[in-house]
Amino acid sequence: MAPQLAITLVFFYWPAGQALYQSMLRQDPFGLRTRFVWFANFRKVLADPAYLNSIKVTVVFSLATAIVAMCVALLLAVMAEKAVRGKGLYRTLLIWPYAVAPAIAGMLWLFLFNPSIGSLAYLLRSLGIAWDPLLNGTHAMILLVSAAAWKQISYNFLFFVAGLQAVPKTLIEAAAMDGAGETKRFWTIVFPLLAPTTFFLLVVNTVYALFDTFGIVHAVTGGGPGKATETLVYKVYNDGFVNLILGESAAQSVILMAIVIALTAIQFRYVERKVHYG
Amino acid sequence: MIGQSPLRTFIAHAVLILGILIVAFPIYYTFVASTHTLQTILRPPLPLLPGGQLWNNYSEALFGGIGRIGGVSVGQLLLNTTIMALGVAVGKICISILSAYAIVFFRFPLRMTFFWLIFITLMLPVEVRILPTYKVMVDLGMIDTYAGLIIPLIASATATLLFRQFFMTIPGELVEAARVDGAGPWRFFFDILLPLSRTNIAALFVILFIYGWTQYLWPLLVTNSNDMNTIVIALRKMVSFADADTEWHLVMVTAMLAIVPPILVVVLMQRWFVRGLVESEK
Repeated sequence: MAPQLAITLVFFYWPAGQALYQSMLRQDPFGLRTRFVWFANFRKVLADPAYLNSIKVTVVFSLATAIVAMCVALLLAVMAEKAVRGKGLYRTLLIWPYAVAPAIAGMLWLFLFNPSIGSLAYLLRSLGIAWDPLLNGTHAMILLVSAAAWKQISYNFLFFVAGLQAVPKTLIEAAAMDGAGETKRFWTIVFPLLAPTTFFLLVVNTVYALFDTFGIVHAVTGGGPGKATETLVYKVYNDGFVNLILGESAAQSVILMAIVIALTAIQFRYVERKVHYG
Repeated sequence: MIGQSPLRTFIAHAVLILGILIVAFPIYYTFVASTHTLQTILRPPLPLLPGGQLWNNYSEALFGGIGRIGGVSVGQLLLNTTIMALGVAVGKICISILSAYAIVFFRFPLRMTFFWLIFITLMLPVEVRILPTYKVMVDLGMIDTYAGLIIPLIASATATLLFRQFFMTIPGELVEAARVDGAGPWRFFFDILLPLSRTNIAALFVILFIYGWTQYLWPLLVTNSNDMNTIVIALRKMVSFADADTEWHLVMVTAMLAIVPPILVVVLMQRWFVRGLVESEK
């Protein structure tokens, strides 16, 4: 008990407290004087067009990543349920991207799609697409989303498989007896029963896209080109450690904390209420 | 079970194989790239089959030291990363099993307060509190040390919660029986609780090992000197798209070496991994 409390206090509550305190301070450019300014930093951050832009970027990025990763994973999981033979083998082959670090995943994709040496970029160019993630913000975003979603597919896949296995077989058989086709069975029975899993994954994926993808962003685009792919976490890092605007960076941290707490609260409320896996 | 038409089964297999191709392709291609010379890599498209440079590239990266990252050999980087991943996994398991033990089996004042203090940390990943945590590290002089890499990542509640849930399923009779037989708290912990939670520990170990291995932001901040870098960070430093002197063949070797150990852990310990993942997140 004591050790965890000590570590938690030193490395969690102390920093969190400092973040709160610092978010209300303003330093002059040379760090000579520090003033207590209450909520001015928050006002400034929230009025900053760059911050609003990065909120937009983050929302687009998180939703795209979550949706792509979950659709692909659901498709694969449903197929894996059907393919009776070789299920274990397929699972083994599908889970290992989970072990790849996000930053490395990003670099691999960048390597494939790098305009000068990437082989797939070469393929795209020979198809007549002017592909350049280093200059074109939309392309950079597509690249980030694919790398982030690729990494997350295996995680979602495992959960969907577990969810599908929990769907009672008797229900499906009854529906088949009543003459419901396979597609109809899926959408009217299996999919609604998967809802808790889906919802849970949606939250987890959003949190993943918000925080764990710092590595991808930093390694692949560095927030660029321009500010086209600057997510919220990346901006905290950039303002705090590169630009050294401490007060505003701390204010952003506090805002992020609020977002995470809200997301977690939502998750707990719904998951607590809805977990009746069959 | 409902019968399926052969066509549907065929489609299912086809989709799965396609999915595996997509999932596996980037990694396979990295492997291919790691066996070619720099010249071949720089002239796309790269052939789809491995080249003949496997031995040369790997030995150069492992033993030669790479200029871009300050002449540190990949072996040193792998060592750092392994220490960090193991440290995070072992440290977190030790700490959280102890505190879960205390929370579940002992009655003492402020018990629930402590529980909530720990529970709240579940909600906030390191990424959110980077700057203040960094400042604390500087104040404590823990920059560029293994302790600095490991300890802040241990401060989170996931594992504690998991163990708590598991401990609560242990029947009270067992505790009573142990007490009647004269086992003290420590004896009970080591002889009964630890063996019972073996599978949980294994599952958590896999997940935390991967977690530690794939950390990016924290090592990036805490390590300044090149020979304390983890392999993921070093890899990032080796890559530069702006100029042409990135040694891509070595980068690819390093990437392979960074990817393979965690993949091995996941694949070899798949049973525990899947169990731990699905259970710990519920």
